[in-house]
Amino acid sequence: MTAVENIRQTSEGGQEMKPRSEIGARELMREVGAVLRMSEAEAAKLGQLPVDSDEDQTMIINMGPQHPSTHGVLRLMLELQGETVLRCKPIIGYLHTGMEKTGEDLTYLQGGTNVTRMDYLSPLNNELVFSMAVEKLLGIEDDIPERAVWMRMLLSELNRMSSHLLFLATNGMDIGAVSMMLYGWREREEVLRFFQKVTGLRMNHNFIRPGGLAADLPPGWRDDVLEILDMLPPRLEEYDILMTNQPIWRERLQGVGVITASEAMALGTSGPILRSTGVPWDLRRDMPYLKYDQMEFDVIVGSYGDAFDRYAIRLNEVRESMKIVRQILDRMPAGDYRIQNKKVTPPPRGRIDESMEALIHHFKIFTEGFKVPEGEAYVGIESPRGEIGCYIVSDGGPKPYRIHMRAPSFVNIQALPHMMRGGLVADAVAVISSVDPVLGDVDR
Amino acid sequence: MVRLLALDPVAIGDLLWTPLLIIILKVVAIFAIGLLVTMFMVWFERKAIAGMQNRIGPNKAGPWGLLQTLADGIKLFFKEDLLPDRADRFVFKLAPYLAFVPAFLVWSVIPLGGDFSDGKNGIVTWFGEQTRVQLADPPVGILLVLALSSIAVYGIMLAGWSSGSKYPLLGSVRASAQMVSYEAALGLSIATVLLLAGTLSTSGIVANQDGFTNWHVVSTGVVPFIIFLLAATAELNRPPFDLVEAEQELVGGFNTEYSSIRFGLFFLAEFMNTVTMSGIIVTLFWGGPQGLFDIPIIPGAIEGTIWFIAKVLLFLYVYVWFRATLPRFRYDQLMDLGWKILIPMSLGWFMLMAALRLGRDQDWNQAVVAIVSAAVLIVCAGLISMAMKVSRANREREGATF
Repeated sequence: MTAVENIRQTSEGGQEMKPRSEIGARELMREVGAVLRMSEAEAAKLGQLPVDSDEDQTMIINMGPQHPSTHGVLRLMLELQGETVLRCKPIIGYLHTGMEKTGEDLTYLQGGTNVTRMDYLSPLNNELVFSMAVEKLLGIEDDIPERAVWMRMLLSELNRMSSHLLFLATNGMDIGAVSMMLYGWREREEVLRFFQKVTGLRMNHNFIRPGGLAADLPPGWRDDVLEILDMLPPRLEEYDILMTNQPIWRERLQGVGVITASEAMALGTSGPILRSTGVPWDLRRDMPYLKYDQMEFDVIVGSYGDAFDRYAIRLNEVRESMKIVRQILDRMPAGDYRIQNKKVTPPPRGRIDESMEALIHHFKIFTEGFKVPEGEAYVGIESPRGEIGCYIVSDGGPKPYRIHMRAPSFVNIQALPHMMRGGLVADAVAVISSVDPVLGDVDR
Repeated sequence: MVRLLALDPVAIGDLLWTPLLIIILKVVAIFAIGLLVTMFMVWFERKAIAGMQNRIGPNKAGPWGLLQTLADGIKLFFKEDLLPDRADRFVFKLAPYLAFVPAFLVWSVIPLGGDFSDGKNGIVTWFGEQTRVQLADPPVGILLVLALSSIAVYGIMLAGWSSGSKYPLLGSVRASAQMVSYEAALGLSIATVLLLAGTLSTSGIVANQDGFTNWHVVSTGVVPFIIFLLAATAELNRPPFDLVEAEQELVGGFNTEYSSIRFGLFFLAEFMNTVTMSGIIVTLFWGGPQGLFDIPIIPGAIEGTIWFIAKVLLFLYVYVWFRATLPRFRYDQLMDLGWKILIPMSLGWFMLMAALRLGRDQDWNQAVVAIVSAAVLIVCAGLISMAMKVSRANREREGATF
């Protein structure tokens, strides 16, 4: 493939959906097959392909990148027959800012500011996975102080709660229950207020860093967390009244955007989408990291793989996260919040005045950065959206040679075309919402 | 001839200055009140929803933000008036008026007040002339309302079609299907009321509802009222039936391509329709200006208006409440609700009421009539649900042809 062809393939125009007259039945089949990662014969068996469908009866409509419910700048091209969606093609790249490439120019200490902006609804999870990958390369993953590990878990769970609360808000909004949007944001705001108190920022914290965290928890943090834990359960009950038990809500979501377990796995989905099909796959339990193996919590699974299951899973995951946070509160150890390794951690402020070595270390860490041994490492954790993975290759310098994020949103929107086929336009909106993609995570 | 044209007792007899002035005054007043009420309705909705959503709502323009709508209107006037390239220019410009004018016209036939006590039939005396507190009282009053609301559909339909854009087109297709099918249920539930009232004139309908047990919501047995309320919500394109606009799906629906005051007219018409439809509900089912008890001190003519406003406010609140709490229906669910539930139900109820009425006129045993008609209705309901099951099975056998 020549360079020009390559550009044509990946640019905006190359991604666009073509009308049926321009693609033959074979191409159409390939489109469906490619979506499902199966052979063309299998794809043909799977669905009744409307090969002879009359061109005049369908309409290709552009949904996004500016559309109220495509969650940012996702662009979908839908082929409609009346209101029924025949084909769907997601087009991405409208939020592409080259963050993975930028990561190659930032030191490992600066890397956190970069990755935290990818999935901006769960920034702490991004930082966590990046830090864990760096620690694995450094070989210090077992030396992280106890308190730092537990703090990371606390923040990561609270982040899961805030992210899912935002999902509940936007899902309500997309289905038309407009008040739900404000209720969801309101609850999320309480969690963000805690983050602000701890990290200084509501989002994009750069708080979890290689070697530990940026600071210790502030005094009174326990009361703040308890306040959130006491505030949430009655509010979640209200959501049940407003949405879960609402007949219109159930009718709008049940049986919409159905995907089976094998299809979900073939498409590489993870997180609530995979769990909605009944596959109990949760990295916190199946490949425990931090101290999740000591936690008691349930992995919520659905049975129908529809939009309602995905909604219910997230709603209940908020409850599970609260359970975990309570256990963390009981067991939070005292100790240091970062590793005391002079090569990785900047020395305490007081030492800089006394010791020349400390000053040099401080200077070196913040200008050149610490060197990471040659090698490569992959770490995957369970973000609110699914498995988020960080793959780093180091050439022995202070900056990563290559950094790649396995972004759950990116993989999950692969399932969109499949889940939308045969639905209505209103279902398409419900499906996008139930996948809950973060476009910053998709495009990076 | 007089019966057909004399819309108002004031106009009967020789043409004099006082009656003419009264009529002109009424026209101006109705127009002004219409605009003011719409303004107030927009403010009320925003404020009430804000309260339900833990927000403050408009509070800057005027006391408690009362002038917010005015400010918005002025802003809209000065916005650029865009006309899309591919639009059908004439129809595109015509459509907002088709939506707006009928909304205003309906006002003229709603009794806004009047003294209905002691068989006065809502006639009050102003400046020595007998008149009604409504602009016109044509003998076909309620038919006029239905006709005008049908015309309003054209406004929305043509707006979407003439925009030359895909989202508005989808919106207008939805609009035509939705409004046409809910008009059937609307008409059938009105038929039950007309059966009891024996007249099409709105003041006649109000006069018939003397005392709480005679309010049509009670005397028709609630069901037509509920059907009317649902169908009216759909007719108004208000949540949970606002598929025509459906921001989350169709961006703006039929008015996506509209801007400036053309959009303002649609916006105004929608809220105006909400108020008029509440007025119609009150007129048809809740006794219009008829009160439950005498309010002391206040004279009878004004008392009617107070009752009317109170009842309309109640329904306005209900509409706002719907909007704040309910998720939107999907297109096919909306059609199912309209055709498979509301229309058969209103038709069945209409027949039941007709049978009871006939039985009373013929002096048949009421209990037997009721039992026999109920049995017939149940059999019909069973047949309909069977038919639905069969057709669904057929469709499934054919396979989704998507």
